[in-house]
Amino acid sequence: MTTEFETHDHDVLIIGAGGAGLRAALEALSQGATVGVVCKSLLGKAHTVMAEGGIAAAMANVDHADDWRTHFRDTMRGGKFLNSWRMAQLHAQEAPDRVRELEQWGALFDRTEDGNILQRAFGGHTFKRLCHVGDRTGLEMIRTLQDRGVQLGIDVFMECTVSRLLKDGDRIAGAFGYWREQGRFVVFRAKSVVMATGGIGKAYKITSNSWEYTGDGMALAYNAGADLMDMEFVQFHPTGMVWPPGVQGLLVTEAVRGEGGILRNKLGERFMEKYDPKRMELSTRDVVARSIYTEVREGRGTEHGGAYLDISHKPAEYVKKKLPSMYHQFKELADVDITAGPMEVGPTCHYMMGGIRVEAETAQASVPGLFAAGEAAAGLHGANRLGGNSLSDLLVFGRRAGFAAAEHARTIQSKPIDSGQVQDGAREMLAPFERKSGENPYTIHRDLQETMQSLVGIFRNKEDLIRGLGELEKLKERAAHMSVEGSRLFNPGWHLAQDLNSMLIVSEAVTRSALAREESRGAHSRIDYPDFDAAWGTKNNVIAREGNAMKLRQSPVPQMPVELKQLVTEEK
Amino acid sequence: MADAIFEVFRGDREGGQTATYRVPIAPGMVVLDALHHIQGHQAPDLAVRWNCKAGKCGSCSAEVNGRPRLTCKTRMDSLPLDKPITVQPMKSFPVIKDLVTDVSWNYRVNKKIPAFTPKPGTDWKMYQPDVDRVQEFRKCIECFLCQNVCHVLREHDEMEHFGGPRFFVRVAGLEMHPLDSKSRTRLLKEELGIGLCNITKCCTEVCPEEIHITDNAIIPLKERVVDEFYDPLTMLVRKIRGAKSD
Repeated sequence: MTTEFETHDHDVLIIGAGGAGLRAALEALSQGATVGVVCKSLLGKAHTVMAEGGIAAAMANVDHADDWRTHFRDTMRGGKFLNSWRMAQLHAQEAPDRVRELEQWGALFDRTEDGNILQRAFGGHTFKRLCHVGDRTGLEMIRTLQDRGVQLGIDVFMECTVSRLLKDGDRIAGAFGYWREQGRFVVFRAKSVVMATGGIGKAYKITSNSWEYTGDGMALAYNAGADLMDMEFVQFHPTGMVWPPGVQGLLVTEAVRGEGGILRNKLGERFMEKYDPKRMELSTRDVVARSIYTEVREGRGTEHGGAYLDISHKPAEYVKKKLPSMYHQFKELADVDITAGPMEVGPTCHYMMGGIRVEAETAQASVPGLFAAGEAAAGLHGANRLGGNSLSDLLVFGRRAGFAAAEHARTIQSKPIDSGQVQDGAREMLAPFERKSGENPYTIHRDLQETMQSLVGIFRNKEDLIRGLGELEKLKERAAHMSVEGSRLFNPGWHLAQDLNSMLIVSEAVTRSALAREESRGAHSRIDYPDFDAAWGTKNNVIAREGNAMKLRQSPVPQMPVELKQLVTEEK
Repeated sequence: MADAIFEVFRGDREGGQTATYRVPIAPGMVVLDALHHIQGHQAPDLAVRWNCKAGKCGSCSAEVNGRPRLTCKTRMDSLPLDKPITVQPMKSFPVIKDLVTDVSWNYRVNKKIPAFTPKPGTDWKMYQPDVDRVQEFRKCIECFLCQNVCHVLREHDEMEHFGGPRFFVRVAGLEMHPLDSKSRTRLLKEELGIGLCNITKCCTEVCPEEIHITDNAIIPLKERVVDEFYDPLTMLVRKIRGAKSD
């Protein structure tokens, strides 16, 4: 079989056009590299657009005592010390400059009285630290990066999906994929590839994530031989919508609590007093999510199985000004006026702390020529991410990945693509059309979501996780025989068949890592091991492919220098 | 609960027709939920764009019962269910397949607009009242519904000579940025053809972000163009001197 395909050449290929991908592209361009950006959706629609609350950066515009050290300490404590300390340090040190840069490219943040960028409070942050634009910070960020990219002449391949990485020996040599619109195949030859593909939320039934979040980057990297790390740490955001059914899981920004929102159960009790009396509603996300879940499980949930979140004690105009999209979202989709009464909220799968294992300084993965940034990468957030640290992560490590990818590209001679790998890629993509009377990918996807939600969710135990692995084996078997109807022209069923392959890989990695970690830490809660285990506190779970099998090993958490250690253990 | 009947356009560049689907209604359901139900149970190859499902990304634009809407924000209980609900792709853009249209023209227009250019030596101090009016423009989620209903584009196909409301909003966001130093009035007049807009406000009516496109973006920009190019005093000076000034 010979396959027709078009070929594009770049020094640096970036997969994903959210905050991390665009920031990486801008940096690689400014280093003189030729850059291509591939994204599954239209430009400007990536998940960054949905980020609401803000970008965490110790600019000290509101709380003048803030500095990178405090931000570093908050991040490490929030991550229960499983974080890469060096990433947490770089992140805290560089985030303010990255925010200023956005402003210089045209972003318009909300202002303080004296004309600086306004910052708001958020869970787990000691000081008011989140630079924001009402509750649509992500839109401002992606539009700013997008416009800057247009100005610099970025090459964007919209509605294009990468289905496998191409290699030259051990190193990455490009990517193979298809145009979603026409279904034609495309080969990208590149000296460096940056994964900026985001998370895995679509493996779960209740999620704030869009269809794109199927763990593609992690699965592609895994298939190409790269290590994944910390895959057991899936963040359930405490506040997703719970009613009506169509909007279940939709994000309710933490900014509601940042602006003074109060959580109550159906008895009217402010239940966070029991779980974290010091920080209350602004405790870390893992704690708040578990608290709501526990209230519901013990029979104190709301009518539709959530908790009440109330901001109506604030003046209506203030709520509309600071939380405009929440106001509209509830009014239009749930018939609730949040200036007059409480919202109903419950946990929703939101963010993946784990991902591709990278070096802190360069964002380089364990395969030469492969880089990763943002949610697709692991390390910065450890066992639990603080709100606001994601947008800053995208900027800090997007830039670092773009820089290092451009630098790496300078050392590589471009070689012809191995046509055998391309033919394999095409065969794999076409197989579901050739199989007749197989199962449809939508059914398998629904069952995968049920499995992950019920067996690998917020609270886990050994029995469920083992059952989960068994279910995943059956799902993999079913997926191997699925078939799709219709033509290659913009065919969502076919697209889902490909995305499902990625979801199955990451779901297995999550389940295996969760089974191995016999303790509770951050977002990983084991009913059968409810406490911290000091021994597990020094280990990261690492997943890699050996032949066709998924292998798990432990790797020691890098130890931070003495001065930083003192910093994080200081009682403050 | 009852079922709803949907008549959804199925087809491509070559043409097409509507297909009928029956979908069970759930409380609070929106049209996009129904389209997903059709994909998941009846027509797995039904082409629909969507991302956030929360009115924040602007991907799922279509024409529901003839009205341009975000399908993720169109509640079923706001529609009459005693007759079929029609869902058609946006009319102003070429169909790729089913409800997915080719909106690439918009991205080409965007490339014509010069970027934010800060005043030299700026100290980056800005005050909320100055930022407020620009933040309104920056709420735009690029759903292109305003482009879809604009008669200059929808009825007259003036794609080559007209930028459309979306890009007037974008230019307004730059022109009124407190620290921007560049003028884009010649672009507005010549390349984006702002003169073709006769302020019927169709764009403002469909904007899901409730941006006052006509009043706050287009009219002030038209005024800038008029001030620069059609001011009687300037015109008189030009006539006397016989020279064009720019």
